[in-house]
Amino acid sequence: MANDPSEKQPPAPPGSPSEKAAEPSAEKPATPAPTADAPAKPADAVPPKPAAPAAPKPPAAPPPPKEGPVPLDNDLVKRFKARFGDKIRESWLDRKQAMLVVACDALVEIAEYCRDAESFNYLVDLTAVDWPKREKRFDVVLNLYSFKKNERLRLKVHVGDGEPCPSVTGVWSTANWLEREAYDMFGIVFEGHPDLKRILLPDEWQGHPLRKDYDILLQDEAWVRENLGIESGQ
Amino acid sequence: MAERPITGFANIEQTVLGADEIILNMGPQHPSTHGVLRVKLRLDGERILDSECIIGYLHRGVEKIAEHRSYQQFAPYVDRMDYVAAISNGLGYCEAVEKLLGVEAPPRAKVVRTILTELQRIASHLLWLGTHALDIGALTPVFYCFREREEILKIVEKYCGARLTTHAFRIGGLQYDTYDGFEQEVKRFLEDFTAKIDEYEQLLTENRIWVARTKGIGVLTVQEAIDLGATGPVLRGSGMKWDIRKAFPYAAYDKYEFEIPTGQNGDTYDRYLVRIQELRQSRHICLQAIEDIPSGPILGKVGKVLKPPPGEVYHSIEAPKGELGYYIVSDGTVQPYRVRIRPPSFINLEALSKMVRGHLVADVVAIIGTLDIVLGEVDR
Repeated sequence: MANDPSEKQPPAPPGSPSEKAAEPSAEKPATPAPTADAPAKPADAVPPKPAAPAAPKPPAAPPPPKEGPVPLDNDLVKRFKARFGDKIRESWLDRKQAMLVVACDALVEIAEYCRDAESFNYLVDLTAVDWPKREKRFDVVLNLYSFKKNERLRLKVHVGDGEPCPSVTGVWSTANWLEREAYDMFGIVFEGHPDLKRILLPDEWQGHPLRKDYDILLQDEAWVRENLGIESGQ
Repeated sequence: MAERPITGFANIEQTVLGADEIILNMGPQHPSTHGVLRVKLRLDGERILDSECIIGYLHRGVEKIAEHRSYQQFAPYVDRMDYVAAISNGLGYCEAVEKLLGVEAPPRAKVVRTILTELQRIASHLLWLGTHALDIGALTPVFYCFREREEILKIVEKYCGARLTTHAFRIGGLQYDTYDGFEQEVKRFLEDFTAKIDEYEQLLTENRIWVARTKGIGVLTVQEAIDLGATGPVLRGSGMKWDIRKAFPYAAYDKYEFEIPTGQNGDTYDRYLVRIQELRQSRHICLQAIEDIPSGPILGKVGKVLKPPPGEVYHSIEAPKGELGYYIVSDGTVQPYRVRIRPPSFINLEALSKMVRGHLVADVVAIIGTLDIVLGEVDR
């Protein structure tokens, strides 16, 4: 099917410069992956002066006024770098939102520093994104907020399949359910979590549905047959 | 009650129960769980030693579906999460995609969005108030609340044709302009509404039974609320003056003045007062907005095919239940690469275990009610 996730070409995510030369998605001719610095408009393969008025396509691509991640280097980043050195791998600004890519082994330490020293004392959300083509396929994403500064900050760590990610439940209690959800949906193991088990899916379910290689029609058929007494849940 | 160490309830089966202790299952078909929430309670007589929520009965994989739909196609799905406040869900999603695209809705669209979202907040709070009171045993308020909620649903129905799963907005603005007489109808509703709120308050605020059942029940301190990630009225009831409409104004909220009501004790009664005050504030916002709806286009400059530039965005709004956030990652194609929904109900529900500890079984019902959860959103 056309929507097969494996066909989707993930763009070079900020954090894997090796993949910066993103493969243009050949399988999706209608989707000439626009790069951040090239405006998406000419990509429609329509010559700039179409004689035929049958070109209602061009307005289809909204003009991107230089959107996308750009490197960030402000006081906040400097303070983090002074404190943690190369544990702060990258820093980006995307749509005016700051983001730090940090080393996995220093996550708890950095989270505590965020909470105590930088007053990012509120964990808004913890989730994950799957980039199957990358060496370390998962991004674990923490959205933080500071009541004092009224600012948001995003922390990211790269985690490989089967690699443990340190749990931040000791820093914020909220993380308990959020990490369970990330485990449920992606199979990321959070080391140090007090009670890591599935939360939305049944405990015995096989597979992790939000992985890109888990097809949308796929399900744990054995479970469905056994527990619901039907051949398919569809 | 003797203090005894409570090991992780996770291992409930392995935990050795005391002679007086029992395990009780509440739900998933219990009427006061507002859907299909199952709570395992470990009891000593009537007193709760520990509890665990078991959720996921309504899991539909909304986030997975998002990856297989275009940006516009996914918009109706978000209405089915918090189905009593579908307009708020839609607003959050549309604004997140707009932010991703770098477009903005025109002023008229923003004001109409604000009005409808505030009406939706009133409707959602009314449903909460009615059912919360019903759970605790006050049978009357629900009839009053639904009477007013019906007025709002009628306005919404006239606007977009649907009452609950509205899909009222479009990415970039509105699909429909307001109908003839929209302003008058909203105004008529708002004019009477203060008297109606007084009526609810007359039934409950100083009602001795109501006060006895809610005061000091399910207390959360500010520190605990922040640590547990609680948002919305739950956080404000604990005394934190924080509202995304003020912190990161979206839609047209920066144009209107309103108060952020807060509580002091962080108990069920204070959260009740906060939500009642929010009803008044929402009315206040709507009245300001309805007076002056700018004219002009209702849809911004967005194409028929949306291809946001690669990148990611987190955008959140103050939904009736709390912070509703959308974290969207784009890979430059017509379909989102990842849509993460930060559901307020899910994260507020996490506080339940802490709040019920030491209370009686009957109080669990009050505390589930005060958290104002919608299971469609918890399970997604």
